Amino acid sequence: MNTNEVSYMLEIKDLKVNIEDKEILKGINLHVNAGEVHAIMGPNGSGKSTLASALAGRDYFDITHGKILYEGKDLTELAPEDRAREGIFLGFQYPVEIPGVSMVNFLRTAINSMRKYRNQEPLPAGEFLKLMREKKKIVEIDSDLTNRSVNEGFSGGEKKKNEIFQMALLDTRLAILDETDSGLDIDALRIVANGVNYLRSPENATIIITHYQRLLDYIVPDFVHVLYKGRIVKSGDKSLAKELEEHGYDWIKQEVDMDA
Amino acid sequence: MKDTLEALSTADKYIDLFRQNKKQISNGDPQFMKELREEAIHSFERTGFPLRKHELYKFTHLEPVFDGELSFQFTPRNIQFEDSDLFSCDVPMLDSNVLTVLNGFYYHPSGSLLNELDNGIIYGSLKEAIHRHPDLVARYLGKNASMQNETFVSLNTAFSQDGIFIYVPEGLQMEKPIQIIHLLLSDKNQMVHHRNLFVVEKNAKAEVIICDHTLSPQMFLTNSVTEAYTSENSDLDILRLQNEHNNSCQVTNTWISQDRASRCQHGTITLHGGMVRNNLHVRMDGEGASTSTLGLILTDKIQHVDSFTVIDHASPNCTSNQYYKGVLDDMSTGVFNGKIHVHPNAQKTEAFQTNNNILLSNTAKMHTKPQLEIYADDVKCSHGATIGQLDEDALFYLQSRGIPRDESRLMLMDAFANDVISRIRQPALQDRISELVGKRLRGELSRCNNCVMHCQD
Ligand SMILES: Nc1ncnc2c1ncn2[C@@H]1O[C@H](COP(=O)(O)OP(=O)(O)O)[C@@H](O)[C@H]1O
Ligand SMILES: [Mg+2]
Repeated sequence: MNTNEVSYMLEIKDLKVNIEDKEILKGINLHVNAGEVHAIMGPNGSGKSTLASALAGRDYFDITHGKILYEGKDLTELAPEDRAREGIFLGFQYPVEIPGVSMVNFLRTAINSMRKYRNQEPLPAGEFLKLMREKKKIVEIDSDLTNRSVNEGFSGGEKKKNEIFQMALLDTRLAILDETDSGLDIDALRIVANGVNYLRSPENATIIITHYQRLLDYIVPDFVHVLYKGRIVKSGDKSLAKELEEHGYDWIKQEVDMDA
Repeated sequence: MKDTLEALSTADKYIDLFRQNKKQISNGDPQFMKELREEAIHSFERTGFPLRKHELYKFTHLEPVFDGELSFQFTPRNIQFEDSDLFSCDVPMLDSNVLTVLNGFYYHPSGSLLNELDNGIIYGSLKEAIHRHPDLVARYLGKNASMQNETFVSLNTAFSQDGIFIYVPEGLQMEKPIQIIHLLLSDKNQMVHHRNLFVVEKNAKAEVIICDHTLSPQMFLTNSVTEAYTSENSDLDILRLQNEHNNSCQVTNTWISQDRASRCQHGTITLHGGMVRNNLHVRMDGEGASTSTLGLILTDKIQHVDSFTVIDHASPNCTSNQYYKGVLDDMSTGVFNGKIHVHPNAQKTEAFQTNNNILLSNTAKMHTKPQLEIYADDVKCSHGATIGQLDEDALFYLQSRGIPRDESRLMLMDAFANDVISRIRQPALQDRISELVGKRLRGELSRCNNCVMHCQD
């Protein structure tokens, strides 16, 4: 066996990221295999969203060191749209409202642009509508929402459901869900979790970013990592999440801050 | 000092030009027209061209353009051209009555100069209307477009000979919109004056679409005046599409007066044009009138588009809504100067104004200046102006769904422009304009041939 060619779906190697000369990620290491669900937890300001943005290709920061490999390819070489077309989906912590761009136009453009990348013809209108109807059911999204502008005037819960809806429509292989649970009531939380579980498969992987344990009652992770001050300071299985729920982050903060 | 001298000399050229060609220009004019022209040239003599430091023309110095090498045409030239060649179009036609104005003269290879329907509706050549209906025209022509300190209105009043006249008598409605196509076609650089007059009587209704096009690459300077009168409880919609080449200069002067409870919409969509100055004056003279003014400018290269608007609330209980937007690229510049004037008696006025602009490059410039002059106390007025870039968060959101950056940018620009287009009162026009603007933003629209407005059979 060639040990240099371990086929992780995602491999992050000693990733360091600066925002305006301030080091935000200070050497992240993480691998994710197809079929796995990873949870990344940690207090506010630890760098969780920054990590998610780095995976999706946002460019307001500099990657100063390290590598991100996705299916063996250097992800940082790819434009955000091409990462999406390779199957990476970022569920935003704060989905943007885009007045004047209708959901229907947005979704059709997105789907067809993915298809074009795979040398497929645009989806005929009828099939597109059918696909929408089908995927709407997964997240119990109100039909009316798809007639509106992207996220405009959506409630917090609707915005998050809309993210999961898009994840389902866009042939996602690696989903990164950034605090998809925050601000949700129990019903919405359950729907979002059902959506994620529905799409769970041996070919796909999910990274769930959260700072509560709550969501993990519904989506059982294979691994739990704690991100603190730009580093993964602890990894474990789902029992780590329980531990955090009971004792908070203070004990971890103390451990880390004592070392430093 | 230098400015003053130059101002004198360019103005003098035009005064001389008028005196020398007066016979031809006013050939066949009834007395009132002769007097109006004299009054106009005198008023122009007093005013001259706006100086470089003139507050209202600060960013748009027009005198050098008027001083350029230009030819003048005082009689209609019967240029033959193949309509179908010029106006082939892949989108179904707009169902409208098309009136063509070529280099300032009503163009009628066949058909009559003036259409006079049994019910009293009149449309066609203004020159012909002046001959056939001098009393009717005299009641309105020049009554609205002020010549007081208005260089360009004065010049136009002195020089213009033709254009389009529309008259809709009480209680009537035109079956189809009128589409006026101003065409410029010449083998020399040329100056063109033309004049439109629209009169909509009590309870009547009219829709007018004006398209400004250049058909040959010569430099054109157009100075046009459109006057419109809306009587009690009437409706008038005017939508102007400017699509001249970037080596042209266009000054439009639009004066609208509104009587009691009339509803008016005026829109200007500027797709192409080198230097464009659009002066719009709307005066609400009757109680309960409402007006909506729309503007959309799309500029690139070294285009310059200056929108100057005055909304005059001269009566109580009137409403005005103004939405002007601009998308500016490359080294292009835009100006928005929007004045809302609420007279002391105009209580319960509601006046709203927005001017939003997106700069696509860091060399494009936009100057925006809202001016509220409010002399009544019981009013609701608001204004807002923004100059910004495309929203990076929105762009990233679209990209993160697999949509390439260029296409994402176009989607955002389309959305931005559609905010104006969706306010056009005739739904049939919205799609057409939207498509046209989309083409413009994609760089696929260069001239008439690509235009979706139609034009000729
Ligand atoms: N656009 C930005 N500009 C400057 N600093 C930022 C920006 N985004 C995040 N940061 C900083 O980076 C750190 C990590 O933020 P973030 O990744 O959002 O943390 P988390 O998602 O874990 O709450 C914080 O200190 C935050 O202030
Ligand atoms: Mg975050």
